[in-house]
Amino acid sequence: MHIPDGYLSPQTYIPLFGVFIPTLTIAVKKVKSELSSRDIPYLGMAAAFSFIIMMFNLPIPGGTTGHAVGSAVIAILFGPWAAIIAVSVALIIQAFIFGDGGITAIGANCFNMAVFMSFTAYYIFKLVSNGPGKKTRVSFAAFISGYLSLVMAAILTSIELGIQPMIASTADGKALYCPYNLSIAIPAMAIEHLLFFGIVEGIITAIIVSYFLKSEPGMIYAFRKGGKDETG
Amino acid sequence: MKLDKLQKKILIILLALCLLAPIGILLPMYFNAGRAWGEWSAQTMKELVGYVPQGLAKYSTVWKAPFTDYSINNQDKSVVHQSGYYIVSGIIGATVTYVVMLIISRLIVRNEK
Repeated sequence: MHIPDGYLSPQTYIPLFGVFIPTLTIAVKKVKSELSSRDIPYLGMAAAFSFIIMMFNLPIPGGTTGHAVGSAVIAILFGPWAAIIAVSVALIIQAFIFGDGGITAIGANCFNMAVFMSFTAYYIFKLVSNGPGKKTRVSFAAFISGYLSLVMAAILTSIELGIQPMIASTADGKALYCPYNLSIAIPAMAIEHLLFFGIVEGIITAIIVSYFLKSEPGMIYAFRKGGKDETG
Repeated sequence: MKLDKLQKKILIILLALCLLAPIGILLPMYFNAGRAWGEWSAQTMKELVGYVPQGLAKYSTVWKAPFTDYSINNQDKSVVHQSGYYIVSGIIGATVTYVVMLIISRLIVRNEK
């Protein structure tokens, strides 16, 4: 899901920087007011986790590869605003040092995998879990949160790629950037994430959230906020 | 910074993930899977659609990453060596990410609790 340089037109990647950067400044303010110094080591580890989990490319036999991102579990445990910063740090380092994701596409990749995915995951989890009461329900909510948020982020990415032929083509009909249109890009990315990569993100999210619910329930941000702290 | 028991446990898991990371290149190799959808090189794109889109040709070279594809030496054909490079890249990347995020968090978070 890391869009490389040259796949997005400036008409696409510049507005996405334009959305990402203000969101990041809001995230900084939110994290400042919401989290305390005891969260700091966890935030470092969360970012490192996102970095390393994205290196686990999983194959669709004879086809493409994909991977989990980790945004869902980070958003549930430390809040969507902290997840935005943590995953963005991982993505920016991946782009600059390892060439995974383009430099011009940093705004797009951070918007898709850090901003959009974290918020989608967080609200799906809040909606489905309905408080920390039942353990199985929380695990299920975490799974659905990871699963759907990755699938939706993949679809968003495929839309950004799929609109490129409409935005910029040469006179003889050759695309200037990503050559695949929406009718190819959306099914390609949606199906592989629906059938496989989303499930992996869901399982990882469910395992880690269940562990924290058992051993450190007070830490889970999604249950700390909004006066729903029933864990003590 | 003193780490508690849970934090030490997480760090050990992260290190284990770094050591296991070559799964991320070996499994795709074994199952004959290519790159992620929409992440092909200009060369592969030419094979796929018959031409390299002009904008792609122009932008794809704007940045030369020091460890492209999480490898220290992309020319090295040895699978064992590439697995080693992948582990090293994982450790370097995860450590840099961890430290950068710690510094950023320190600068942002002011509540002592």
